[in-house]
Amino acid sequence: MSVLIFVDIAEGQVKKASLEALSYGAKVAEQLGTSAEGVVLGTPKEDLAALGKYGVSKVHHVNNPALDHLDAQVYTKVIAQVAQAVSATVIIFPNNMDGKSIAPRLSARLKAGLISGAVALPDTSNGFTVKKNVFSGKAFANISISTPVKIIALNPNAYPVKAGEGTATVEAFNATVDTPKVKVTSSTKASGEVPLTEAEIVVSAGRGLKGPENWGMVEDLAKVLHAATACSRPVADAHWRPHNEHVGQTGIAIAPNLYIAIGISGAIQHLAGVNRSKVIVVINKDPEAPFFKAADYGIVGDAFEVVPKLTEAIKKLKGIS
Amino acid sequence: MKILVCISKTPDTTAKITFTDNNTKFDTNGVQWIINPYDEWYALVRAIELKEKDPSATIHLITVGGADAEPIIRKALALGGDEAFRVNADSHDSFYIASQIAAIAKEGAYDLILTGKETIDYNGSSIGGMVAELLDLPYISLASKFELDGSKATIIREIEGGEETAEVNLPVVVSAAKGMAEQRIPNMRGIMAARTKPLKVTEPIAVEALTSVTSFGLPPAKAGVKLVPADNVDELVRLLHEEAKAI
Ligand SMILES: Cc1cc2nc3c(=O)[nH]c(=O)nc-3n(C[C@H](O)[C@H](O)[C@H](O)COP(=O)(O)OP(=O)(O)OC[C@H]3O[C@@H](n4cnc5c(N)ncnc54)[C@H](O)[C@@H]3O)c2cc1C
Ligand SMILES: Nc1ncnc2c1ncn2[C@@H]1O[C@H](COP(=O)(O)O)[C@@H](O)[C@H]1O
Repeated sequence: MSVLIFVDIAEGQVKKASLEALSYGAKVAEQLGTSAEGVVLGTPKEDLAALGKYGVSKVHHVNNPALDHLDAQVYTKVIAQVAQAVSATVIIFPNNMDGKSIAPRLSARLKAGLISGAVALPDTSNGFTVKKNVFSGKAFANISISTPVKIIALNPNAYPVKAGEGTATVEAFNATVDTPKVKVTSSTKASGEVPLTEAEIVVSAGRGLKGPENWGMVEDLAKVLHAATACSRPVADAHWRPHNEHVGQTGIAIAPNLYIAIGISGAIQHLAGVNRSKVIVVINKDPEAPFFKAADYGIVGDAFEVVPKLTEAIKKLKGIS
Repeated sequence: MKILVCISKTPDTTAKITFTDNNTKFDTNGVQWIINPYDEWYALVRAIELKEKDPSATIHLITVGGADAEPIIRKALALGGDEAFRVNADSHDSFYIASQIAAIAKEGAYDLILTGKETIDYNGSSIGGMVAELLDLPYISLASKFELDGSKATIIREIEGGEETAEVNLPVVVSAAKGMAEQRIPNMRGIMAARTKPLKVTEPIAVEALTSVTSFGLPPAKAGVKLVPADNVDELVRLLHEEAKAI
């Protein structure tokens, strides 16, 4: 028996969502009185033994260049081999882009019940039940899994990273690796930017900004906060901002610690993607804007005056000049 | 080329979310149903565009749902698509639904199976991957572009903070995200034509559900907004730093 955590890496670096999954998995293992072990595929550039800090005793490393890019079909077969070898009863994925590709496949392969988008630890008092978001964050559901092997895909920012002491034993795992049918030809990464789904702070703006030329002040604010930038749907539809910044019911769902909404009215479809943020700040010139009802803090005012001042005030706080 | 598009029904995006039966069932009273936006705007429209380029292509639609899913699948047929299947079953278990889709897909030997990125009610983002595994086909999730050259597909998919371009030969299963196509509105001709397009209702195959919903709940309401005067942003920064500990 063991809890197996899939450690997702990008360009050799362990993603933050993986550290959350490791911390979560370690806690699940503690609940079940068993050990937590990690699995890494491909060529990491980090010291895998250091993953022990997050509570795993062992890391199984499948080192094969065919695994440097994701082909969910190939990955699934490899992870299934590891899961069987370590008799995993619970398998944990980060519910990020890669997790969403692999976890459902593994579920179908192992006939193991899957809960994707988990936001809390399992309740094992009566069976095995996990809380997940439904209705795009407008509600949650407790889902129980009835199969012997259980798969949980943990939402980003739903469980804190807990780093302690410890090193993991790293073991090379000899798996049968199929030739990928999916050939990755290129990838682009917005350099230096904080990925939206992993960001602690998100600064977002809407149609109230009038045009793409006015985003400078949003980016300035994001920069001093080390935040990612986002936008409402009409802004992305009008090509003022790239599509991958669109948050909401039909965009990306996020749950940062702090969400700052500038010139966004707060339509129900927008709120659906951001209402799991811990703290929401709304800046809008209309005191009747629905967003204020979902906010923790607000300023009724003109964004063009408030935002630059806010950036300056934060610089002052952080001692940046 | 044969394309299968997976269509699900979801509550209208403005629907009020409440539960009945001791919080074990979604209260469908007064709820308007729509085609899940990802299935309609991206998966289905992209399939229609592919058929416009290659008129020999056929588009089949499939939904797993009760009789109340019928207006939804008819609406999808009105947008485009040649015929549809409805598997007469109501389930919230992704594996159960995926198994039904895979059974029909196997029969039809499709070159391309398209799903939406996720259902906006259940938010599983799982059906596509499960169908691909059940059929032992490659799967590309969260695709924002899909181009076809003969039997070679070039697909752009979202990754954290960027995108990845990949090539794969058909057959393949793809889940469609924003960017793949532009939303269309059904026209009168399509609506009329949809009435006579074949819609085949089949009974589900026997499959064990792997999960079940125990209960639903709503997140706690916010305590209420604290307003700060526009000429005192320092106060907002102080509150965010000292009270909310968010910066
Ligand atoms: C099926 C469906 C799905 C949808 N999915 C999404 C989704 O995923 N995400 C999403 O965002 N939307 C979505 N929408 C659209 C949504 O309903 C709203 O239309 C949209 O969110 C509005 O965007 P906005 O707030 O930027 O613009 P608006 O509603 O136009 O609001 C602009 C706001 O800016 C304020 N403002 C104007 N000038 C200033 C100024 N100088 N300073 C400060 N404030 C100012 C105004 O008071 C107003 O509140 C969806 C709609 C449908 C029907
Ligand atoms: N009941 C269903 N019938 C047909 N297709 C479905 C059904 N449920 C989900 N799908 C498809 O699978 C996609 C992902 O759904 P989900 O895994 O539930 O988020 C949806 O966008 C649909 O394309």
